[in-house]
Amino acid sequence: MARLELLGLSKRYGDHYAVKSVNLEVSDGEFVVLLGPSGCGKTTTLRMVAGFVEPSGGSARIGGVDITYLRPWRRNTGMVFQSYALFPHMSVAENVAFGLEMRRLARPEIAARAKEALRLVRLEAYAERLPRQLSGGQQQRVALARALAIRPDVLLLDEPLSNLDAKLREEVRIEIRELQRQLGLTTIMVTHDQEEALTVADRLVVMADGEIRQIGSQRDLYERPADRFVAGFVGRSTFLDGRVTAPGEFESAGGLRLKCHIDGALGPAALALRPERLTLNAAGGLDNRLPGRVEFVSYLGAVLELHVRLSPADRVIVQLPNRGEAAGPALGDTVEVGWPRDAGLVFAGQANAGATEERT
Amino acid sequence: MHAVAADRQAVSLARRARPDIATRIGHLALRAAAALSLGFILLPLVLVIWLAFFRQEIPSFPPEGYSLRWFGAVVENKSFVGGFLLSLQVGIAATLIGLALAVPASLAIGRRRFAGRGAVNTLLLMPLVVPGVVLGTSIYVFQIEAEIATGWPILGSTAALVAAHALIVIPWAVRLVTASLAGFDPAVEEAAKNLGANPWTTFRRVTLPAIRPGIVAGALFGFVMSFGNLEMSLFLVGAGRTTLPIAILQYLEWKIDPTVAAASVMQIALIGAAMLVTDRYVKIAQVV
Repeated sequence: MARLELLGLSKRYGDHYAVKSVNLEVSDGEFVVLLGPSGCGKTTTLRMVAGFVEPSGGSARIGGVDITYLRPWRRNTGMVFQSYALFPHMSVAENVAFGLEMRRLARPEIAARAKEALRLVRLEAYAERLPRQLSGGQQQRVALARALAIRPDVLLLDEPLSNLDAKLREEVRIEIRELQRQLGLTTIMVTHDQEEALTVADRLVVMADGEIRQIGSQRDLYERPADRFVAGFVGRSTFLDGRVTAPGEFESAGGLRLKCHIDGALGPAALALRPERLTLNAAGGLDNRLPGRVEFVSYLGAVLELHVRLSPADRVIVQLPNRGEAAGPALGDTVEVGWPRDAGLVFAGQANAGATEERT
Repeated sequence: MHAVAADRQAVSLARRARPDIATRIGHLALRAAAALSLGFILLPLVLVIWLAFFRQEIPSFPPEGYSLRWFGAVVENKSFVGGFLLSLQVGIAATLIGLALAVPASLAIGRRRFAGRGAVNTLLLMPLVVPGVVLGTSIYVFQIEAEIATGWPILGSTAALVAAHALIVIPWAVRLVTASLAGFDPAVEEAAKNLGANPWTTFRRVTLPAIRPGIVAGALFGFVMSFGNLEMSLFLVGAGRTTLPIAILQYLEWKIDPTVAAASVMQIALIGAAMLVTDRYVKIAQVV
């Protein structure tokens, strides 16, 4: 268990940067999640820490020791793969003992530590089985035990839950998190699933196009996204394109004059609105109140989702909590959408950035 | 409403249990076709085996009686026994050499991305495509030139024969080893390295066990192909030395008694036994 530092770590293929100057410190016992869409460089970053990808620049340190160019088998990292990657011809116990054998420990100690690792993932009873005789969730727990048995300095999780079905995913996720806490393991997990990321992480790193866009807690990312990409990737946002015409004044492409947060710079900008921060037909005290027509209604159980057209060029998504009232607004109804000025985030000059945002 | 749903379910269950006439005819036709093809393949084999037990010298139907004397004749025939021993030696040596070349080649083709990878793969499979006579002639010409150039006794030597036979083994070994490698997740090798295994240990403890069925099957098929090879060997054997297939051919030039059939039966039995024994340890069916 140790602190991990990435200093300007980069990977270039030809003139394309898969990872561009990543700076990240993971403290001892911290659980950091690298989050981003596929191709954002998060897996390459993880594989550089494991030693499977040789960096083109920068350095990596574990516990203060430079490991940038160390061969994978000389590092003490424990990796869990998306495909489990168990040794198919070895029993569960042999799989877990493999890393200990490589460390040339005495037989009794190998047996004891393998057993202990299997106990941690509650699979002692399956020690003699072959991997193919286990379910996907059990296989991934064996892979976790195998990585834990060597007492790694850093635990690396490469989309460990993607191959599991939804129910199992939640179980294994909780299990990983509890073990990580209990053992105080420095951990990096890579995922593209934001819900997964939000539930386990101490800290999140959002990546896109090989670069870190933002590092922060769940609340940081959601309440204060650093850019338009993060605002669209973590949680949902509706983006209205337009420009900041005066301090605290935003004019949308469709000509709506809206009050926004005061510190947006003048010029082209996008206004991001969280669907749950908007209200319908509220009593008063809101900075923005606009009439609109309901274009789309979707009943999602906990919330009712509406798409409301405010102008020919502007449409917002509104989520209303289900409070057990009778039917809400229907398709085609005219409603009044309102929100306080602080609910809107202004991103200057970023009219068309971002990959997963909702467009109006 | 529930009753209706239950009824519907019952109907669909009944349908599943008893397939309609067309489906049943289809199944029957499929079985008939399979039986016909199998019979077509097995017929010559059955005839040869039957013939080996005929008592009379000139094969004719129906047999006058049955006897084991032809098997005795095989064992007493010096050129059959000598041919068998040479074929065995050459086959084993060629298989070992072929594997030593094919396994690393397969690992490179299956695991690495390099320029000309497809071309190398095709090249390694070429000996399978080139007719044996052409291969034999060209290797013969090459060996003459090599002997002239170096002054070494290459032509007709066992070593030269083994080298040529290794060429027959390689395509089979490459094909079967790359096939077993294709179904093997590269992440498993990474996991081994991550746990502290260096590349050699990773190969020995993880990769090798995974591709073992491919290697064993490749060795077996390569050996069988080498053992039964006639066309190429015809050009390459030294004076007075013959492999088993050549011995059989030479014998057939003078006689057509069932000795040849008996020799074939022994060969079939040997190879069949080798396959059965191998299959006990490695499931060949997984890769072939």
